[in-house]
Amino acid sequence: MTKSRDLCRRIDRSDGFATLTLDLFSGSPNPNPCSYSRSAKRVRVSCASPAAEENRSSLFDSLSEEVLFLILDRLDSDPLDKKSFSLVCRSFYAAESRHRRALTPLRSGLLPAALARYPSVSRLDLSLCPSVTDAALASVGGALRSSLRSIDLSRSRGFSYAGIESVAVNCAALVEINLSNATDLSDAAAAAIGRARNLEKLWLARCKMVTDMGIGCIAVGCQKLRLLCLKWCLGISDLGVGLVAVKCKQLRSLDLSFVPITEKCLPAVLQLPHLEDLALVGCLGIDDEGLMSVKQESKSLQVLDMSNCQHVNHAGFSSLLSKTPGLRQISLAYCCKVTHSLASSLQKIYNLQSIKLDGCEVTTSGMKTMANSCRTLGELSLSKCSGVTDEGLSFIVTKHKGLVKLDATCCRNITDLSLASITSSCTSLTNLSMESCNLVSREGFRLIGQRCHLLEELDLTDNDLDDEGLRAISGCHNLSVLKIGICLKISDEGLIHVAKGCPNLQELDLYRSVGITDIGVMAIARGCPLLQIINLSYCTEVTDYSLRSLSKCSNLNTLEIRGCQVSSSGLAIIAVGCRKLTKLDIKKCYFVDDAGMLLLARFSQNLRQINLSYCSVTDVGLLALASVSCLQNMTILHSGGLTANGLAAVLVACGGLTKVKLHSSFKPLVPKPILEHVEARGCVFQWRDKPFQVELEPSEVWKQQSQEMHV
Amino acid sequence: MDFLDDELAFRDEDGGFLPVARKTGFLGASPDKDCFFLVSGMDFLDDEPAFRDEQVKPQRGDRLRGKGGGGSGSQILERPKALNRRLDGLSIGTFIGGSVECLLDLAVPTRRIPNLTLEVAMDPKQIPTFEACSSMSSQCRNLNQNQRVTEFDAGETERSLPKFSSHLDNSFHQSNQAQQVAMNWDPRAVLNSLDILGHKIHQIQDVVRSTLSNERQLSMQPNEFAAQQQLINTDLTCIIIEIISTAGTLLPLIKNALSSGINSPGQIGGIANSASDLDIVDMLRQNDSLLSEGAKDSEYEELIKGLSDWDDEGLKPISTEDDVKDNEDGVSGENLPLGSYEVLQLEKEEILAPHTHFCAICGKGFKRDANLRMHMRGHGDEYKSPSALAKPRKEESSEPVHIKRYSCPFIGCKRNKEHKNFQPLKTILCVKNHYKRSHCDKSYTCRRCNSKKFSVMADLKTHEKHCGSNKWLCSCGTTFSRKDKLFGHIALFQGHTPALSMDEVKSQGMLDQLQSDEVMAKKEDMDYIISGNVNEDTNFSLLKGADDDLGYFSSMNFDSFTFGGIDGLQQPSSFDTSESLFSFHK
Repeated sequence: MTKSRDLCRRIDRSDGFATLTLDLFSGSPNPNPCSYSRSAKRVRVSCASPAAEENRSSLFDSLSEEVLFLILDRLDSDPLDKKSFSLVCRSFYAAESRHRRALTPLRSGLLPAALARYPSVSRLDLSLCPSVTDAALASVGGALRSSLRSIDLSRSRGFSYAGIESVAVNCAALVEINLSNATDLSDAAAAAIGRARNLEKLWLARCKMVTDMGIGCIAVGCQKLRLLCLKWCLGISDLGVGLVAVKCKQLRSLDLSFVPITEKCLPAVLQLPHLEDLALVGCLGIDDEGLMSVKQESKSLQVLDMSNCQHVNHAGFSSLLSKTPGLRQISLAYCCKVTHSLASSLQKIYNLQSIKLDGCEVTTSGMKTMANSCRTLGELSLSKCSGVTDEGLSFIVTKHKGLVKLDATCCRNITDLSLASITSSCTSLTNLSMESCNLVSREGFRLIGQRCHLLEELDLTDNDLDDEGLRAISGCHNLSVLKIGICLKISDEGLIHVAKGCPNLQELDLYRSVGITDIGVMAIARGCPLLQIINLSYCTEVTDYSLRSLSKCSNLNTLEIRGCQVSSSGLAIIAVGCRKLTKLDIKKCYFVDDAGMLLLARFSQNLRQINLSYCSVTDVGLLALASVSCLQNMTILHSGGLTANGLAAVLVACGGLTKVKLHSSFKPLVPKPILEHVEARGCVFQWRDKPFQVELEPSEVWKQQSQEMHV
Repeated sequence: MDFLDDELAFRDEDGGFLPVARKTGFLGASPDKDCFFLVSGMDFLDDEPAFRDEQVKPQRGDRLRGKGGGGSGSQILERPKALNRRLDGLSIGTFIGGSVECLLDLAVPTRRIPNLTLEVAMDPKQIPTFEACSSMSSQCRNLNQNQRVTEFDAGETERSLPKFSSHLDNSFHQSNQAQQVAMNWDPRAVLNSLDILGHKIHQIQDVVRSTLSNERQLSMQPNEFAAQQQLINTDLTCIIIEIISTAGTLLPLIKNALSSGINSPGQIGGIANSASDLDIVDMLRQNDSLLSEGAKDSEYEELIKGLSDWDDEGLKPISTEDDVKDNEDGVSGENLPLGSYEVLQLEKEEILAPHTHFCAICGKGFKRDANLRMHMRGHGDEYKSPSALAKPRKEESSEPVHIKRYSCPFIGCKRNKEHKNFQPLKTILCVKNHYKRSHCDKSYTCRRCNSKKFSVMADLKTHEKHCGSNKWLCSCGTTFSRKDKLFGHIALFQGHTPALSMDEVKSQGMLDQLQSDEVMAKKEDMDYIISGNVNEDTNFSLLKGADDDLGYFSSMNFDSFTFGGIDGLQQPSSFDTSESLFSFHK
């Protein structure tokens, strides 16, 4: 017993461990380690006794459940570790079963077994089950009677109000339901939700058939609601929202985006004593006059999103902003012109930290007033704003030195001048997006690398970046996300600098940066072991060697190598090395064939999404892929060796498919009952009729074309 | 006035009256009812051939007959105004029992044919009385129904009367025949019954006289007076019931008589019976209501006085009774002082008549007098003068304008002036709506809900505005026609919830169930196919066959291929396979 307590203390003290060795009988001459090493983190349990097999299990039993739970608590980061743990012995298996709190089954057919194994699950995520029946929900309600706290049905179909009712009534502890996208559920389902008295969070996005009557039932039934999302609930009007505001006084967060409401419900909503987060995106029923007529103040409101409210102008915003002095974040994306008068209304908001003005028309005077009105701005988004000038941007950044995130995407007029003021004043900048800022030159990038050492995310897509600039940027050692796609001037040399300077890089985008070859990718793979996402699409010089080096990055989960000169062997190496691979895009990799698929299917069991267009994959390869049970999303256009029968077989075999993109020529060939069956399981077909296009146009030509489109 | 003695009223040996036959006519009889109507047209306006042929049509007679049903004493006399507007002349008799017989001659109450006569056969000495009363009553009715006619055009009556009598001459022998047939029943039994009735009538007279004398003393307190009235009312009711029951015993006899009377084809037989005082009572009641509709108060009083002068036995009690009633009216209802208003009572047919204004020339009916005035322009230039077209102004009299209130003709109704707590109706429109709502069939059915019925069209239209719109229902059972009202209610009361209509829930449930069943069925089918083949161990080489045309999905080439995960999919029991099926990235 003392030993157990000592163990607990030791585990408690350790702050995450790479390897934990439990030597139960230290001093024994011949340790017989029982170890599983399927993941980077390792649990090694040494059972020192040379005793017989039947004896050994009892030795493991001596570890108390408390200890095992403590160990399991530390294993949260990687699910595979838990699997290893549970395979040690019966007691470990049982402990893991009792310890698990969150469950994300891949299909509803597994639900009965899973519920039997994990009795104390509190969080059930069914978002990977496209089809959940009432019976399944009833079994959930029956099995997780007291433990279930959260259920996610946002991607599921096939259930009715009866299923919801059985969960809502049986699970008294239920506090979260996500019913988004249940477009066929009506008021009856809402009334069923209303029976979950302890509900605190409810998402009903796109429940278009729920009307005021349904939301009224919810408002009366679930009076402890703290979060309510009614986005795209087109059946709900002022009356329903007003009733929610009257009944659910605990509401903290309310999303009314795209709901056909007017200003009539706003006084009641603003009267909510604890309301902090209010989203009114795309509420076209709200206009200037309406907002000006609202007299109710809200001291508690902190986050306001009024993007896309196209009928509101500065007068309405000014009126509303004067009533909400506690705001911290505001989003006015795609609304009205940001002028002096609108910006001056920000003056009364003392704590404003974040402004999003995406897609607005901005004037220099407006920006200056904004800079003067706000006090401590931390985040500013001017993405796709027209009218952003060096003068305005410089004025803002010199006033707000604490700026952490700045988004200047597509502000095509800014030059090195802006960057000089940004880098000189905002030294704590962590996120900087300046996609398509073509006027920024090498000097600007040099300044970024020189002064912004804290930068974590940098988006320089479609910039005039060259190796020198990249070398400068490699000075940002904390960089984790770097997007340098469509930078035609960069080459391996620059990438080598990045690899040397940014060891924490997790995401790298090199889309159509055609100067890159295997050497650069190899350098990145070696220098950035934490890499998770890499996009090498249309980097035509990239070959299997790159893949071989990338296979060392065991965290890699997304690999896009469209149009690269890779083959099945390269893919096989990736499959073996990167077990966490979930997204793979090998479109136009003409040399990838069935062999690659077989190995991929064998090793990459976590694959979710794959694009196989233009590959040389036949029925055999696809059928092999069908054994990947996680596979949800497939795109197969122009695969020469594929037949209708093979396709039918694959569709039936892949039980978890949710979305399949196919060439429309297959539509009449695949037997209709099979299509219907697969659709009934929750799969959506997208039939495309794209022409077969083998040739890759050179990137220069492509860029020219895309720019012409832009202009 | 003497002509009646000679030509119209024929007496038989027993003192009864001969049936009066008309040249043309129609007899509507209902064997299963206690009373029937004799309707006959009088063709005494020979100079207007256009109207000569317009006799009462059978269906009108049917309608009339239906209304006469019931046989209660209060319905002895009916005025079939609604159906005889276009007749030149009309006579109606309602028969109750062999002894109770009256014949009412109704002429169209227009200016052109003002020769209304009302005849009731009775004892010889009462004939003058009757004649007087009938002519007076017709005059009153003219006044009432055609407001513009303020004077009884005696001259015109004089002119048309000879024609009338000449026709009667022609039909005299026919009526004699009919009378012969009617003599088959036992007159002694009838006389016996009539004696009883006479006795009863005297009783009523005594009772009312006693009240009259009490009233004159004026010493009574209002409470005492009311109590007294109540007593009298009860007495009266008892006696009247006795009268009716006695009269009822005579019914089979009169039925026989009638059926024999009808047997003679082409003839309409009026059956003369010995008169009874009850007829007078009813007659007077009828007259009373006629008078009260439009006649001036003074005229009414005059008439009553005249009647009671002529007949000091049968008439007085009734008139006094009405006086009493009038006094009582003032007590209840709106806070009008006692007797400060006069009570008018329209008859059922008048109330239900589709038209209230009739063209004196062509007889066309109108709902509004303005429409009639417009119509009249077509009949000649004299109707086009501004004065003719102007709205007839209320008669300016030296007396202050009397407040008029209306009584419902339905006995026992609270709006009937004989009711103890009588509450008068304010306008004719009120009377019409009240009568239709309370005492008529609800013939207008809502086409949306098919359950609500109304007797007044306006009510239906009002209902239809709201019907069919969603019924907003609260869990407490309250319904609202407007959603915002429901939500206001729910916001106000703790624990109240919007209630969904059950069929909505059910249909939704059915739909969902259907869908999920479908899905399940499909799945099961497929699972069966898969599991049927999937466990067979085969090798890769078979897979090549997938390209061959083995037809649709037959013993499926692909099925023979063992996928790693398929077993786990089918039987997720072994824990390591099922484990691999969970998502690890979330």
